Amino acid sequence: MTNMKVEVLDRRQFLVTAGAAAAFIGGFSSAANATPETAAALLKELTKGGAAGAMEGKIKIDLPEIAENGNTVPVKLSVESPMTADSYVKSVHLVSEGNPGPEMASFHFTPASGKANAAARMRLAKTQNVVGIAEMSDGKFYVSKTQVKVTIGGCGG
Amino acid sequence: MAKARVKAPKKAKAGDIVTIKTLITHKMESGRRKNKKTGKLIPRHIIDKFTAKFNGETFFSSDWHGAVSANPYMSFSYRVEKSGEFEFIWHDEKGEETVKKTKLTVA
Amino acid sequence: MTNIKSKLGWKLATAVLGAAVVAGSFAASAVAKDWGKFQVEDRRSGYTYMTDETRDVQNDDFENPGMLWVENGQSLWSTKMGSAGKSCASCHADADKDMKGVAPSYPKYNAKMGKMETLEQRINRDIVEKMGGKALKFDSKEMLSLMTYVGKISSGMPVNVKVDGPAAPFFAKGKAFYYQRRGQLDMSCANCHEDNPGKLIRANTLSEGQINGFPTYRLKWQKPGSVHRRFKGCNKNVRAKPFKRGSDEYVNLELYVKWRGRGLPTETPSVRN
Repeated sequence: MTNMKVEVLDRRQFLVTAGAAAAFIGGFSSAANATPETAAALLKELTKGGAAGAMEGKIKIDLPEIAENGNTVPVKLSVESPMTADSYVKSVHLVSEGNPGPEMASFHFTPASGKANAAARMRLAKTQNVVGIAEMSDGKFYVSKTQVKVTIGGCGG
Repeated sequence: MAKARVKAPKKAKAGDIVTIKTLITHKMESGRRKNKKTGKLIPRHIIDKFTAKFNGETFFSSDWHGAVSANPYMSFSYRVEKSGEFEFIWHDEKGEETVKKTKLTVA
Repeated sequence: MTNIKSKLGWKLATAVLGAAVVAGSFAASAVAKDWGKFQVEDRRSGYTYMTDETRDVQNDDFENPGMLWVENGQSLWSTKMGSAGKSCASCHADADKDMKGVAPSYPKYNAKMGKMETLEQRINRDIVEKMGGKALKFDSKEMLSLMTYVGKISSGMPVNVKVDGPAAPFFAKGKAFYYQRRGQLDMSCANCHEDNPGKLIRANTLSEGQINGFPTYRLKWQKPGSVHRRFKGCNKNVRAKPFKRGSDEYVNLELYVKWRGRGLPTETPSVRN
């Protein structure tokens, strides 16, 4: 799928987007105010400071490159790890760098989970990065950042 | 409160890692949407916690915020050990809970 | 309508439609895909215009949130609804059998009313006349539940509406509506859904506007919605005054649009963007 934008129907929206590229979707009416900084601050809080030492790798956040609608964006996450009493994934936190607030969701696993994977659906107010951090039972953290392009729909209805 | 659907296996072998899928009707009102007629903000009302238990013990849980889509879908895994009962609990901010239980038999 | 505003609007619309055609040539260069049951002759379900992610949501009954309404409809089916102390099941006990093939055959001509009737109106007629209840609104939770439930029972069955005989004049009216330019943008249904499916309208891919999956769970709505809700939305998009749900205009249009998708499988509750 191409991400080329072609303005067809909506004359007023056309002028607005051409001028200022303002993104509004159904789920949110106020302007986005989460930023990479507020997202990082939230992650610091959620991980009790652990986020600072997070490494790349292990965690995979699967999001569409282009979301068909920002109201319902499927997300799948998985963390590469054994799931035993000695070594397992405790939590995965998802935060937003472009929603009205950075909070999205946290997922808490146990060795009985068998696998550290989960799937859900998220609201994304505009094109942005979604940051995921995995907290392991040994106190290590892994981070991954995924960009999702959220397009302004053509047909309201 | 709400209608929930759960796909969890009824039969499995010990050691199997099974995938569980859940859905529930809920507007997940973010508190940031305006009533089109009055222009006033619609009060926030969301499910803030989902918990999955087996024989009373939590094996998976999730904290939800306004960024979770309406009619939330949640899928996750479980490693089967013995026969028993799954219990899925959706807790909303007003304190209401929706609970769904399914039985699992280990062959 | 020939005021200056609408002429300006149309100029802009033509200019950008031109651009849309250019963009569309990218898509057209792709090799023709085999869409299986989702394509009949040259007619393609809206399913084929969605992204893989959206199609995945529809494909699995336990991932498709529209199924929550189907399940609710199933329990409503045997819930007493009016003063007569009857439920739908009082007369149609075996819904799986009795309702099979019903959804793909509506709207239908009703001789007593002397006009076409949508499935919502047919359901309401029983609720009012036989059950002594109050008619449900098209997009109420209850009606959407019953509609998705009854629709799901015919899952996969081909759209098959009768458009000849007494239905013919209404079919003609629906067709005339489809090709009638309207609104400040002065566009007809055909301008988008016949002339430009597969091309981008702003960031969305235009579909053929098929209604074989209604009520459809729209990601944008975050719930299922009726065909007439969608019609209203389209009319608003071209800056036209929408008609009411259940109006003769929309009922006739529904008949015509449904016929355009003849043979396509019933996909209720489909998932669209």
